[in-house]
Amino acid sequence: MGLGVYFDNYIFVLLFMFLGVALPVGALTFGRLVRPNNPYPTKLTTYESGIEPTGDAQVRYHVAYYIVALEFVIFDVETVFLYPWAVALGELGWVGLNAGLIFIAILGLGLAYSWKKKVLEWN
Amino acid sequence: MDLLFMAIYAVAVLGGLLGAVTYAILFERKVIGYMQIRTGPNRYGPWGMFQTIADVMKLLMKEDIIPAQADRKIFVLAPVVAFAPAFMVFAVISWSENLYAADLNIGVLYFLGVSSMTMLGVLMGGWSSNNKYSLLGAIRGVSQMISYELPLVLSVLGIVILVGSLNLRDIVFFQQDVGLWFIILQFPAFIIYMISAIAELNRSPFDLPEAESELVSGYHTEYSGFRYAFYMLAEYTYAIAIAAFATTLFFGGWLGPAFLPGIVWFLLKMCLFMFVWFWLRATLPRARVENLMQFCWKVLIPLALLNIVVTAIIKVWMGW
Repeated sequence: MGLGVYFDNYIFVLLFMFLGVALPVGALTFGRLVRPNNPYPTKLTTYESGIEPTGDAQVRYHVAYYIVALEFVIFDVETVFLYPWAVALGELGWVGLNAGLIFIAILGLGLAYSWKKKVLEWN
Repeated sequence: MDLLFMAIYAVAVLGGLLGAVTYAILFERKVIGYMQIRTGPNRYGPWGMFQTIADVMKLLMKEDIIPAQADRKIFVLAPVVAFAPAFMVFAVISWSENLYAADLNIGVLYFLGVSSMTMLGVLMGGWSSNNKYSLLGAIRGVSQMISYELPLVLSVLGIVILVGSLNLRDIVFFQQDVGLWFIILQFPAFIIYMISAIAELNRSPFDLPEAESELVSGYHTEYSGFRYAFYMLAEYTYAIAIAAFATTLFFGGWLGPAFLPGIVWFLLKMCLFMFVWFWLRATLPRARVENLMQFCWKVLIPLALLNIVVTAIIKVWMGW
Protein backbone atom coordinates (compact mmCIF):
# COMPACT_ATOMS: atom_id res chain seq x y z
CA MET A 1 0.00 0.00 0.00
CA GLY A 2 1.54 3.32 -1.04
CA LEU A 3 1.74 6.22 1.36
CA GLY A 4 -0.78 8.27 -0.64
CA VAL A 5 -3.37 5.48 -0.52
CA TYR A 6 -2.69 5.07 3.19
CA PHE A 7 -3.51 8.72 3.88
CA ASP A 8 -6.54 8.59 1.57
CA ASN A 9 -8.11 6.24 4.11
CA TYR A 10 -7.78 8.86 6.81
CA ILE A 11 -9.25 11.52 4.54
CA PHE A 12 -12.36 9.33 4.53
CA VAL A 13 -12.32 9.33 8.32
CA LEU A 14 -12.05 13.13 8.38
CA LEU A 15 -14.89 13.45 5.84
CA PHE A 16 -17.14 11.25 7.97
CA MET A 17 -16.24 13.27 11.05
CA PHE A 18 -17.03 16.52 9.25
CA LEU A 19 -20.41 15.23 8.04
CA GLY A 20 -21.25 13.80 11.47
CA VAL A 21 -20.82 17.26 12.99
CA ALA A 22 -22.24 19.21 10.03
CA LEU A 23 -25.57 17.35 9.90
CA PRO A 24 -26.79 18.17 13.44
CA VAL A 25 -25.37 21.71 13.31
CA GLY A 26 -26.92 22.34 9.90
CA ALA A 27 -30.29 20.81 10.75
CA LEU A 28 -30.59 22.75 14.01
CA THR A 29 -29.62 25.99 12.30
CA PHE A 30 -32.20 25.36 9.58
CA GLY A 31 -34.76 24.41 12.24
CA ARG A 32 -34.39 27.88 13.75
CA LEU A 33 -36.22 29.25 10.68
CA VAL A 34 -39.28 27.03 11.05
CA ARG A 35 -39.72 26.50 14.77
CA PRO A 36 -41.54 28.87 17.13
CA ASN A 37 -39.63 30.59 19.93
CA ASN A 38 -41.72 31.69 22.86
CA PRO A 39 -39.92 31.06 26.14
CA TYR A 40 -41.30 32.20 29.49
CA PRO A 41 -40.01 31.45 33.00
CA THR A 42 -42.46 28.64 33.81
CA LYS A 43 -41.67 26.83 30.59
CA LEU A 44 -37.95 27.03 31.32
CA THR A 45 -38.11 25.43 34.77
CA THR A 46 -36.58 22.02 35.29
CA TYR A 47 -39.04 19.15 34.84
CA GLU A 48 -39.66 17.21 38.03
CA SER A 49 -42.99 15.56 37.25
CA GLY A 50 -44.94 18.75 37.86
CA ILE A 51 -43.61 19.50 41.33
CA GLU A 52 -41.66 22.71 42.02
CA PRO A 53 -38.01 21.77 41.49
CA THR A 54 -35.95 21.81 44.66
CA GLY A 55 -32.22 22.39 44.73
CA ASP A 56 -29.58 21.71 42.16
CA ALA A 57 -29.15 18.39 40.33
CA GLN A 58 -25.41 18.71 39.86
CA VAL A 59 -24.75 16.97 43.15
CA ARG A 60 -22.49 14.24 44.48
CA TYR A 61 -23.83 10.79 43.71
CA HIS A 62 -23.27 7.27 44.92
CA VAL A 63 -19.63 6.19 45.25
CA ALA A 64 -20.38 2.85 43.56
CA TYR A 65 -20.34 4.59 40.18
CA TYR A 66 -16.84 5.93 40.89
CA ILE A 67 -15.60 2.43 41.71
CA VAL A 68 -17.08 1.08 38.47
CA ALA A 69 -15.28 3.82 36.58
CA LEU A 70 -11.97 2.94 38.30
CA GLU A 71 -12.39 -0.77 37.51
CA PHE A 72 -13.19 0.13 33.93
CA VAL A 73 -10.06 2.23 33.48
CA ILE A 74 -7.86 -0.59 34.82
CA PHE A 75 -9.42 -3.34 32.73
CA ASP A 76 -9.74 -1.23 29.60
CA VAL A 77 -6.06 -0.34 29.60
CA GLU A 78 -5.16 -4.01 30.04
CA THR A 79 -7.48 -4.93 27.18
CA VAL A 80 -5.74 -2.44 24.93
CA PHE A 81 -2.43 -4.17 25.73
CA LEU A 82 -3.96 -7.47 24.62
CA TYR A 83 -4.75 -6.18 21.12
CA PRO A 84 -1.20 -5.97 19.71
CA TRP A 85 -0.47 -9.31 21.37
CA ALA A 86 -3.48 -10.89 19.65
CA VAL A 87 -2.42 -9.58 16.23
CA ALA A 88 1.16 -10.82 16.57
CA LEU A 89 0.39 -14.14 18.26
CA GLY A 90 0.85 -16.16 15.05
CA GLU A 91 4.50 -15.06 14.79
CA LEU A 92 5.25 -15.06 18.51
CA GLY A 93 4.44 -18.75 19.00
CA TRP A 94 4.83 -20.46 22.36
CA VAL A 95 6.93 -17.72 23.98
CA GLY A 96 4.30 -15.12 23.16
CA LEU A 97 1.51 -17.43 24.25
CA ASN A 98 3.11 -17.99 27.67
CA ALA A 99 3.69 -14.27 28.20
CA GLY A 100 0.09 -13.53 27.23
CA LEU A 101 -1.29 -16.23 29.50
CA ILE A 102 0.68 -14.87 32.47
CA PHE A 103 -0.67 -11.39 31.68
CA ILE A 104 -4.26 -12.66 31.49
CA ALA A 105 -3.71 -14.64 34.72
CA ILE A 106 -2.70 -11.42 36.52
CA LEU A 107 -5.78 -9.74 35.02
CA GLY A 108 -7.95 -12.61 36.30
CA LEU A 109 -6.27 -12.36 39.70
CA GLY A 110 -7.20 -8.68 39.88
CA LEU A 111 -10.79 -9.52 38.98
CA ALA A 112 -10.89 -12.24 41.64
CA TYR A 113 -9.50 -9.81 44.22
CA SER A 114 -12.13 -7.17 43.51
CA TRP A 115 -14.75 -9.92 43.57
CA LYS A 116 -13.51 -11.02 47.01
CA LYS A 117 -13.45 -7.40 48.22
CA LYS A 118 -17.11 -7.11 47.18
CA VAL A 119 -16.34 -4.23 44.81
CA LEU A 120 -18.53 -5.90 42.19
CA GLU A 121 -21.54 -6.02 44.49
CA TRP A 122 -24.17 -3.39 43.82
CA ASN A 123 -26.43 -2.35 46.66
CA MET B 1 -8.65 8.55 -5.41
CA ASP B 2 -10.10 11.90 -5.98
CA LEU B 3 -11.57 14.03 -3.23
CA LEU B 4 -14.86 14.67 -5.01
CA PHE B 5 -15.57 10.96 -5.30
CA MET B 6 -14.77 10.50 -1.62
CA ALA B 7 -17.12 13.30 -0.61
CA ILE B 8 -19.90 11.83 -2.78
CA TYR B 9 -19.40 8.45 -1.15
CA ALA B 10 -19.57 9.94 2.38
CA VAL B 11 -22.71 11.93 1.56
CA ALA B 12 -24.28 8.83 -0.01
CA VAL B 13 -23.59 6.82 3.16
CA LEU B 14 -25.11 9.62 5.27
CA GLY B 15 -28.21 9.75 3.06
CA GLY B 16 -28.59 5.99 3.02
CA LEU B 17 -28.19 5.92 6.75
CA LEU B 18 -30.89 8.53 7.35
CA GLY B 19 -33.25 6.50 5.18
CA ALA B 20 -32.26 3.32 7.00
CA VAL B 21 -32.93 4.89 10.41
CA THR B 22 -36.32 6.19 9.22
CA TYR B 23 -37.39 2.72 8.19
CA ALA B 24 -35.67 0.96 11.10
CA ILE B 25 -37.97 2.93 13.43
CA LEU B 26 -41.02 1.98 11.37
CA PHE B 27 -39.80 -1.64 11.24
CA GLU B 28 -39.42 -1.70 15.02
CA ARG B 29 -42.89 -0.31 15.62
CA LYS B 30 -44.41 -2.72 13.11
CA VAL B 31 -42.57 -5.76 14.51
CA ILE B 32 -43.54 -4.95 18.09
CA GLY B 33 -47.06 -4.13 16.94
CA TYR B 34 -47.60 -7.49 15.29
CA MET B 35 -46.02 -9.31 18.23
CA GLN B 36 -48.53 -7.64 20.51
CA ILE B 37 -51.40 -8.41 18.08
CA ARG B 38 -51.73 -4.78 16.93
CA THR B 39 -50.98 -3.44 13.45
CA GLY B 40 -48.57 -0.66 14.42
CA PRO B 41 -48.57 2.65 12.53
CA ASN B 42 -50.86 2.47 9.48
CA ARG B 43 -52.30 5.96 8.96
CA TYR B 44 -49.67 7.85 6.94
CA GLY B 45 -49.01 6.33 3.57
CA PRO B 46 -49.43 2.70 2.62
CA TRP B 47 -48.44 0.40 5.50
CA GLY B 48 -47.53 3.47 7.56
CA MET B 49 -44.59 4.22 5.25
CA PHE B 50 -44.58 7.96 5.98
CA GLN B 51 -45.14 7.75 9.73
CA THR B 52 -41.50 8.42 10.72
CA ILE B 53 -41.17 11.21 8.16
CA ALA B 54 -44.23 12.87 9.70
CA ASP B 55 -42.69 12.44 13.16
CA VAL B 56 -39.43 14.05 12.06
CA MET B 57 -41.30 16.96 10.46
CA LYS B 58 -43.24 17.46 13.68
CA LEU B 59 -40.04 17.44 15.76
CA LEU B 60 -38.44 19.95 13.39
CA MET B 61 -41.26 22.42 14.00
CA LYS B 62 -41.36 22.01 17.78
CA GLU B 63 -40.06 24.78 20.01
CA ASP B 64 -36.51 24.27 21.22
CA ILE B 65 -36.64 24.56 25.01
CA ILE B 66 -33.40 24.94 26.96
CA PRO B 67 -34.13 24.98 30.71
CA ALA B 68 -32.98 28.11 32.55
CA GLN B 69 -31.02 25.97 35.03
CA ALA B 70 -29.18 24.04 32.33
CA ASP B 71 -25.52 24.45 31.46
CA ARG B 72 -26.27 25.96 28.09
CA LYS B 73 -23.06 25.33 26.13
CA ILE B 74 -22.74 21.67 27.09
CA PHE B 75 -26.49 21.15 26.68
CA VAL B 76 -26.29 22.35 23.07
CA LEU B 77 -23.11 20.41 22.32
CA ALA B 78 -24.20 17.05 23.77
CA PRO B 79 -26.46 15.71 20.95
CA VAL B 80 -23.75 16.53 18.40
CA VAL B 81 -21.17 14.63 20.47
CA ALA B 82 -23.56 11.69 20.70
CA PHE B 83 -24.27 11.58 16.96
CA ALA B 84 -20.91 12.30 15.30
CA PRO B 85 -18.99 9.19 16.54
CA ALA B 86 -21.96 6.91 15.80
CA PHE B 87 -21.75 8.07 12.19
CA MET B 88 -17.94 8.18 11.99
CA VAL B 89 -17.62 4.42 12.49
CA PHE B 90 -19.30 3.83 9.11
CA ALA B 91 -16.07 4.97 7.47
CA VAL B 92 -14.50 1.53 8.03
CA ILE B 93 -17.50 -0.64 7.16
CA SER B 94 -16.91 -2.62 3.97
CA TRP B 95 -20.28 -3.17 2.28
CA SER B 96 -19.08 -5.60 -0.36
CA GLU B 97 -15.88 -6.85 -1.89
CA ASN B 98 -15.46 -3.67 -3.92
CA LEU B 99 -17.57 -1.12 -2.07
CA TYR B 100 -15.73 0.29 0.91
CA ALA B 101 -14.32 3.60 2.11
CA ALA B 102 -11.44 3.62 4.57
CA ASP B 103 -9.47 0.37 4.45
CA LEU B 104 -7.79 0.97 7.82
CA ASN B 105 -5.39 -1.66 9.09
CA ILE B 106 -6.62 -0.84 12.60
CA GLY B 107 -10.31 -1.12 11.62
CA VAL B 108 -11.48 -3.06 14.68
CA LEU B 109 -9.70 -0.74 17.09
CA TYR B 110 -11.02 2.33 15.25
CA PHE B 111 -14.59 1.06 15.43
CA LEU B 112 -14.45 0.19 19.13
CA GLY B 113 -12.60 3.35 20.12
CA VAL B 114 -14.71 5.83 18.19
CA SER B 115 -18.06 4.20 18.94
CA SER B 116 -17.46 4.32 22.69
CA MET B 117 -17.27 8.14 22.49
CA THR B 118 -21.07 8.14 22.13
CA MET B 119 -21.33 7.69 25.89
CA LEU B 120 -19.66 11.05 26.35
CA GLY B 121 -22.69 12.65 24.69
CA VAL B 122 -24.98 10.78 27.06
CA LEU B 123 -23.05 11.96 30.13
CA MET B 124 -22.82 15.56 28.88
CA GLY B 125 -26.56 15.68 28.18
CA GLY B 126 -27.52 14.20 31.53
CA TRP B 127 -25.20 16.37 33.57
CA SER B 128 -25.86 19.67 31.82
CA SER B 129 -29.66 19.29 31.99
CA ASN B 130 -29.47 19.94 35.73
CA ASN B 131 -32.36 17.58 36.25
CA LYS B 132 -32.30 14.71 38.73
CA TYR B 133 -33.90 12.24 36.35
CA SER B 134 -31.42 13.13 33.64
CA LEU B 135 -28.47 12.81 36.00
CA LEU B 136 -29.61 9.39 37.25
CA GLY B 137 -30.27 8.20 33.71
CA ALA B 138 -26.89 9.45 32.51
CA ILE B 139 -24.75 7.95 35.28
CA ARG B 140 -26.64 4.69 35.06
CA GLY B 141 -26.23 4.66 31.31
CA VAL B 142 -22.54 5.46 31.41
CA SER B 143 -21.71 2.94 34.12
CA GLN B 144 -23.61 0.30 32.16
CA MET B 145 -21.96 1.23 28.87
CA ILE B 146 -18.41 1.27 30.23
CA SER B 147 -18.96 -2.04 32.04
CA TYR B 148 -20.28 -3.80 28.94
CA GLU B 149 -17.59 -2.20 26.81
CA LEU B 150 -15.13 -4.67 28.36
CA PRO B 151 -16.82 -7.98 27.37
CA LEU B 152 -17.57 -6.45 23.97
CA VAL B 153 -13.93 -5.58 23.35
CA LEU B 154 -12.69 -8.88 24.80
CA SER B 155 -15.08 -11.01 22.73
CA VAL B 156 -13.68 -9.54 19.51
CA LEU B 157 -10.13 -10.46 20.59
CA GLY B 158 -10.72 -14.16 19.81
CA ILE B 159 -11.32 -13.27 16.16
CA VAL B 160 -8.28 -10.98 16.08
CA ILE B 161 -6.13 -13.84 17.39
CA LEU B 162 -7.36 -16.25 14.70
CA VAL B 163 -7.08 -13.77 11.82
CA GLY B 164 -3.92 -12.01 13.00
CA SER B 165 -5.18 -8.67 11.69
CA LEU B 166 -7.36 -5.78 12.82
CA ASN B 167 -8.50 -5.00 9.27
CA LEU B 168 -12.23 -5.62 8.86
CA ARG B 169 -11.78 -6.73 5.24
CA ASP B 170 -9.06 -9.21 6.22
CA ILE B 171 -11.48 -10.69 8.74
CA VAL B 172 -14.06 -11.32 6.01
CA PHE B 173 -11.42 -12.70 3.62
CA PHE B 174 -10.27 -15.07 6.38
CA GLN B 175 -13.83 -16.40 6.73
CA GLN B 176 -13.93 -16.83 2.96
CA ASP B 177 -10.68 -18.83 2.94
CA VAL B 178 -11.64 -21.06 5.84
CA GLY B 179 -15.16 -21.48 4.52
CA LEU B 180 -16.68 -21.05 7.97
CA TRP B 181 -18.17 -17.95 9.54
CA PHE B 182 -16.94 -16.86 12.96
CA ILE B 183 -20.33 -17.52 14.47
CA ILE B 184 -19.29 -21.20 14.29
CA LEU B 185 -15.57 -20.82 15.06
CA GLN B 186 -16.18 -18.34 17.90
CA PHE B 187 -19.65 -19.21 19.13
CA PRO B 188 -19.10 -18.23 22.81
CA ALA B 189 -17.66 -14.91 21.66
CA PHE B 190 -20.76 -14.35 19.50
CA ILE B 191 -23.08 -14.86 22.48
CA ILE B 192 -20.98 -12.51 24.65
CA TYR B 193 -20.88 -9.95 21.84
CA MET B 194 -24.65 -10.01 21.32
CA ILE B 195 -25.45 -9.57 25.03
CA SER B 196 -22.92 -6.76 25.49
CA ALA B 197 -24.03 -5.06 22.29
CA ILE B 198 -27.61 -4.85 23.55
CA ALA B 199 -26.35 -3.37 26.83
CA GLU B 200 -24.10 -0.93 24.95
CA LEU B 201 -27.08 0.26 22.94
CA ASN B 202 -29.21 0.69 26.08
CA ARG B 203 -31.83 -1.46 24.43
CA SER B 204 -34.39 -3.63 26.15
CA PRO B 205 -33.96 -5.73 28.33
CA PHE B 206 -31.04 -3.51 29.38
CA ASP B 207 -32.75 -0.15 28.85
CA LEU B 208 -32.27 0.97 32.45
CA PRO B 209 -31.02 4.48 31.52
CA GLU B 210 -34.41 5.11 29.94
CA ALA B 211 -36.55 3.24 32.46
CA GLU B 212 -39.59 5.43 31.84
CA SER B 213 -41.49 4.09 34.85
CA GLU B 214 -38.88 5.51 37.22
CA LEU B 215 -36.78 8.08 35.30
CA VAL B 216 -39.32 9.76 32.96
CA SER B 217 -37.08 9.22 29.93
CA GLY B 218 -33.58 9.18 31.38
CA TYR B 219 -30.74 11.39 30.19
CA HIS B 220 -32.76 13.21 27.52
CA THR B 221 -35.68 14.18 29.77
CA GLU B 222 -35.05 17.90 29.22
CA TYR B 223 -34.43 17.63 25.48
CA SER B 224 -37.18 18.59 23.09
CA GLY B 225 -37.69 19.14 19.40
CA PHE B 226 -34.82 18.48 17.04
CA ARG B 227 -32.19 18.09 19.77
CA TYR B 228 -34.17 15.15 21.09
CA ALA B 229 -34.44 13.87 17.52
CA PHE B 230 -30.65 13.82 17.27
CA TYR B 231 -30.35 11.71 20.40
CA MET B 232 -32.79 9.24 18.86
CA LEU B 233 -30.92 9.38 15.54
CA ALA B 234 -27.64 8.71 17.35
CA GLU B 235 -29.17 5.72 19.12
CA TYR B 236 -30.44 4.11 15.92
CA THR B 237 -27.29 5.00 13.97
CA TYR B 238 -25.24 3.27 16.65
CA ALA B 239 -27.58 0.26 16.52
CA ILE B 240 -27.11 -0.01 12.74
CA ALA B 241 -23.34 0.41 13.17
CA ILE B 242 -23.19 -2.40 15.74
CA ALA B 243 -25.28 -4.60 13.42
CA ALA B 244 -22.89 -3.87 10.53
CA PHE B 245 -19.88 -4.62 12.74
CA ALA B 246 -21.42 -7.91 13.95
CA THR B 247 -22.20 -8.87 10.35
CA THR B 248 -18.58 -8.30 9.37
CA LEU B 249 -17.14 -10.12 12.35
CA PHE B 250 -19.44 -13.08 12.87
CA PHE B 251 -21.64 -13.47 9.78
CA GLY B 252 -19.02 -13.31 7.06
CA GLY B 253 -19.78 -9.75 5.90
CA TRP B 254 -20.77 -9.77 2.23
CA LEU B 255 -20.22 -13.54 1.77
CA GLY B 256 -23.17 -15.59 0.58
CA PRO B 257 -24.48 -17.63 -2.37
CA ALA B 258 -23.73 -15.89 -5.65
CA PHE B 259 -27.33 -15.36 -6.84
CA LEU B 260 -27.47 -12.09 -4.90
CA PRO B 261 -24.75 -9.40 -4.91
CA GLY B 262 -22.56 -9.10 -1.80
CA ILE B 263 -24.04 -5.84 -0.56
CA VAL B 264 -27.55 -7.34 -0.51
CA TRP B 265 -26.30 -10.19 1.67
CA PHE B 266 -24.64 -7.68 3.94
CA LEU B 267 -27.82 -5.62 4.34
CA LEU B 268 -29.97 -8.72 4.84
CA LYS B 269 -27.72 -9.94 7.64
CA MET B 270 -27.88 -6.49 9.24
CA CYS B 271 -31.68 -6.59 9.10
CA LEU B 272 -31.58 -9.95 10.83
CA PHE B 273 -29.64 -8.44 13.74
CA MET B 274 -32.03 -5.49 13.94
CA PHE B 275 -35.00 -7.85 13.93
CA VAL B 276 -33.53 -9.87 16.83
CA TRP B 277 -33.19 -6.70 18.91
CA PHE B 278 -36.77 -5.65 18.22
CA TRP B 279 -37.95 -9.18 18.98
CA LEU B 280 -36.13 -9.15 22.33
CA ARG B 281 -37.70 -5.80 23.17
CA ALA B 282 -41.17 -7.23 22.64
CA THR B 283 -40.37 -10.36 24.65
CA LEU B 284 -38.23 -9.65 27.70
CA PRO B 285 -38.91 -7.60 30.86
CA ARG B 286 -36.35 -5.07 32.08
CA ALA B 287 -33.36 -6.26 34.14
CA ARG B 288 -32.55 -4.82 37.58
CA VAL B 289 -29.49 -2.57 38.01
CA GLU B 290 -27.56 -4.81 40.41
CA ASN B 291 -28.22 -7.95 38.33
CA LEU B 292 -27.10 -6.14 35.22
CA MET B 293 -23.77 -4.99 36.62
CA GLN B 294 -22.99 -8.27 38.37
CA PHE B 295 -23.82 -10.29 35.27
CA CYS B 296 -21.28 -8.25 33.34
CA TRP B 297 -18.42 -8.42 35.83
CA LYS B 298 -18.98 -11.91 37.23
CA VAL B 299 -20.15 -13.84 34.17
CA LEU B 300 -19.35 -12.12 30.87
CA ILE B 301 -15.82 -10.82 31.58
CA PRO B 302 -14.47 -14.13 33.01
CA LEU B 303 -16.10 -16.01 30.12
CA ALA B 304 -14.59 -13.63 27.58
CA LEU B 305 -11.12 -14.01 29.15
CA LEU B 306 -11.52 -17.80 29.08
CA ASN B 307 -12.49 -17.62 25.41
CA ILE B 308 -9.31 -15.65 24.64
CA VAL B 309 -7.11 -18.15 26.51
CA VAL B 310 -8.65 -21.16 24.75
CA THR B 311 -8.48 -19.49 21.33
CA ALA B 312 -4.86 -18.44 21.85
CA ILE B 313 -3.80 -21.96 22.91
CA ILE B 314 -5.58 -23.55 19.93
CA LYS B 315 -4.06 -21.01 17.56
CA VAL B 316 -0.48 -21.69 18.69
CA TRP B 317 -1.05 -25.45 18.98
CA MET B 318 -2.44 -25.80 15.47
CA GLY B 319 0.10 -23.30 14.15
CA TRP B 320 -2.54 -21.51 12.01
